[in-house]
Amino acid sequence: MTARERVAGNVANYVDERTGAAAWMKKSLQKVFPDHWSFMLGEIALYSFVILLLSGTFLTFWFDPSMRHVVYEGSYQPLKDVEMSAAYASTLHISFDVRGGLLMRQIHHWAALIFLAAIVAHLMRVFFTGAFRKPREFNWILGIGLLTLGIVEGFLGYSLPDDLLSGTGIRIAHAIIQSIPVVGTYLSFFAFGGAFPGEIFMPRIYIVHVLLLPGIFLALITAHLMLVWYQKHTQYPGPGRTEKNVVGYPLMPVYMAKAGGFFFIVFGITALLGAVASINPVWLYGPYTPAQISAGSQPDWYMGWLDGLVRMAPPIETFIFGHPISWNILIPGLIIPGIIFTGMALYPFIESWMSGDKSEHHLLDRPRNVPNRTALGVMSLTFMLVTLINGGNDIIATHFDLTINQIMWFTRIGVIVLPPLAFVITKRICLSLQRRDRELVLHGKETGRLVMLPHGEFIEVHEELSAAKKFTLTQHVQPQAIALVMEDKQGVLNPKGIRAKIQAKLSKANAENIAKPTATELKELESGHH
Amino acid sequence: MSKELEPLADPGLPEHVHRKADIDPIAAKRAERQVAVLFSLSAAGTLLFMYSFFFIKEDLFVFIPVMGNTNAQQLGIGLGVAFGLLFIGFGAVHWAKTLMPDQEVIAYRHTLRSEEEDRGEFVKAVKIGAEEAGLGRRPLIKRSLFAALGLAGIPAVVMLRDLGPLPGNSLNETNWKTGTKLVTDPGERAIKASDLEVGGVAQVLPELAPGKKRTLEDIAKDAVLLIRLRPVEFQLTAERLSWTHEGIIAFSKICSHMGCAVALYEQTTKHLLCPCHQSTFDVTRAAKVIFGPSARPLPQLAITVDADGYLIAKQPFTEAVGPSFWERKS
Repeated sequence: MTARERVAGNVANYVDERTGAAAWMKKSLQKVFPDHWSFMLGEIALYSFVILLLSGTFLTFWFDPSMRHVVYEGSYQPLKDVEMSAAYASTLHISFDVRGGLLMRQIHHWAALIFLAAIVAHLMRVFFTGAFRKPREFNWILGIGLLTLGIVEGFLGYSLPDDLLSGTGIRIAHAIIQSIPVVGTYLSFFAFGGAFPGEIFMPRIYIVHVLLLPGIFLALITAHLMLVWYQKHTQYPGPGRTEKNVVGYPLMPVYMAKAGGFFFIVFGITALLGAVASINPVWLYGPYTPAQISAGSQPDWYMGWLDGLVRMAPPIETFIFGHPISWNILIPGLIIPGIIFTGMALYPFIESWMSGDKSEHHLLDRPRNVPNRTALGVMSLTFMLVTLINGGNDIIATHFDLTINQIMWFTRIGVIVLPPLAFVITKRICLSLQRRDRELVLHGKETGRLVMLPHGEFIEVHEELSAAKKFTLTQHVQPQAIALVMEDKQGVLNPKGIRAKIQAKLSKANAENIAKPTATELKELESGHH
Repeated sequence: MSKELEPLADPGLPEHVHRKADIDPIAAKRAERQVAVLFSLSAAGTLLFMYSFFFIKEDLFVFIPVMGNTNAQQLGIGLGVAFGLLFIGFGAVHWAKTLMPDQEVIAYRHTLRSEEEDRGEFVKAVKIGAEEAGLGRRPLIKRSLFAALGLAGIPAVVMLRDLGPLPGNSLNETNWKTGTKLVTDPGERAIKASDLEVGGVAQVLPELAPGKKRTLEDIAKDAVLLIRLRPVEFQLTAERLSWTHEGIIAFSKICSHMGCAVALYEQTTKHLLCPCHQSTFDVTRAAKVIFGPSARPLPQLAITVDADGYLIAKQPFTEAVGPSFWERKS
């Protein structure tokens, strides 16, 4: 035994005798994680969160959320002697008079954008591969919660510097709160401690931004990861991979080195962006005042869709019993986002109801093999994209020489017409890809090699797929439509009635697939051909 | 779940293919050196950070293509930190990919569902527990407990009451009163009609009583935009026309949609545009909404001049300014 092994043994022994951790550690260190690039998206989100905690803590050492009026005396000359809030002045101080302060601010902002982008990409991966299915529905809901809170957290952080741009963002949030029927005015007066903008809102959202929400994030992320750990990771289908096993690399050492190294890469790239790519140069905007604004006001990307929805809303306001209902604010600002996020959270249950599938799934779907779900996903993305385009309509108008009216009308119509179109097209593409898979398995790959047979006929040589590839293309279970029973043998009507009818219809749409090739078919084909 | 024809057989995990470093000691040695070089580059990055932090002057700017004039210290600090982190990551991943075992291993999943026996025991434990507590047999305890628990939540809500004052009528009021002088913002100078040329725009605020300090809450309701047109260009009702003075018309600058500053005035079309959501108002027709999501025109402020020729408000706003709220009258 070398000296090093002896020391390691002593340490392990010391810890185990006091915690009994050895049994758990032994199992955990050998825990297997499947390897795929798309599993790294969630990792990016996790690492960005750590970067946000580190860089954010640094910023709190200097940032002062107070709305107290100060006269700027720092080293940024264009704003010298300008009256502003302490929040804005301390942001300028961090940017110009703390070494590395600007870098940290930019890292923090870039990390926030990457955090949300990674969450959205991770969500898309989980959705399109069906990783949310039983038993992972809880984790899907936790994820939707994290996304929602992430958007709120990002918006609050964006608001804190109290520059002209962020103040305008708060103004809009205030208007949304104020538009809520019956209680809106009261809610806004409670939140802002009186009339807009007041002096207390900033310190309040500061504590929410740096303590309350990060605390909730930590709790949710911990639960999210514990469930991944406990339920074991899903894996892509392929030879040797089944519903009963998990194939990959052990935590120690491969996964630790890869994941640990990847943390440094994510941090390094964020730092690189912070070093060379200027973001949110608040000193150019000036301090906030309600009577001023800058042209081309844009929120961060994850709020763009919401802004686009608000912009395209038709100017409808109705009066009921002498009170206004501002549909032009309520529909895009609260109702549609509410429907979208509730729908997302409930989707695993909706899909399980539609397909009648109540079994456990650990093998991921290839998106083409579930045309309905894939089409629904692309439909939702199309909706988001159209609204996002409208959120940047002023920028697009100036860059592409269009008028805002043209873009507005394109998106107003597009937001209704394009998503269903995307659904239909995506579903057709999925079915075509299934046909292609079938063709590949049965007849092999086209090689482009033409051969003339003795009797003069030309044929193209097809190359047979490997057994592994054939298996990957055919391992999935194709769903069957639920048979609709409106009346049983005794003549008793189905108590679910219309609900059963809808379910049967949806499950039929869900089961629309190209029949995959089976071993029997393949055998028949072979004996016929040769 | 479905009746399937015979599916294709699973050929099992493909055979492991050795990497060069697994079989060739020279390749392994080379990979080891590469990892070490990557880690050394990280150390160099940290040195760059130290040098930039302590020795580069804070006001030194260097020209860098694409980025333009860049603060050398900020850049050095940033690149130093970035390289210090990146190369640790590159080194670790390269190490894992070339030298650590790359043979995939199989672990088996346990079913999440508990054993039937455990499930039964669990249900029994719950039943026995509930039985012993006697909740079912003693409805009085159950009901009074739930009532008390529900009521105990009330303080958590009520205590938030002092977060802010009640709105009262404050959203319907501004500092514009009959006879209030219009003063420039910034500058706080009273103005005359002749100060504004035809086609010109000015932002004004109500003159405050001496000693009263103007707050942002005041500005958020009081900001007014003056626009001077030729009187023939107006298409107003007689009443609204009487609210203008020598072609000068005054509107609330706070957007009737969501309260942004309606700051973009297009002289040729006489349109006011809010940059937030592009609500567009036609100045010649009393700020009628001609495009965008706003459902109401900008409130018009009636103006006239006092004995000395200074512009004053003829009367307060006749409606609430700014975005919609439940208590507004129109």
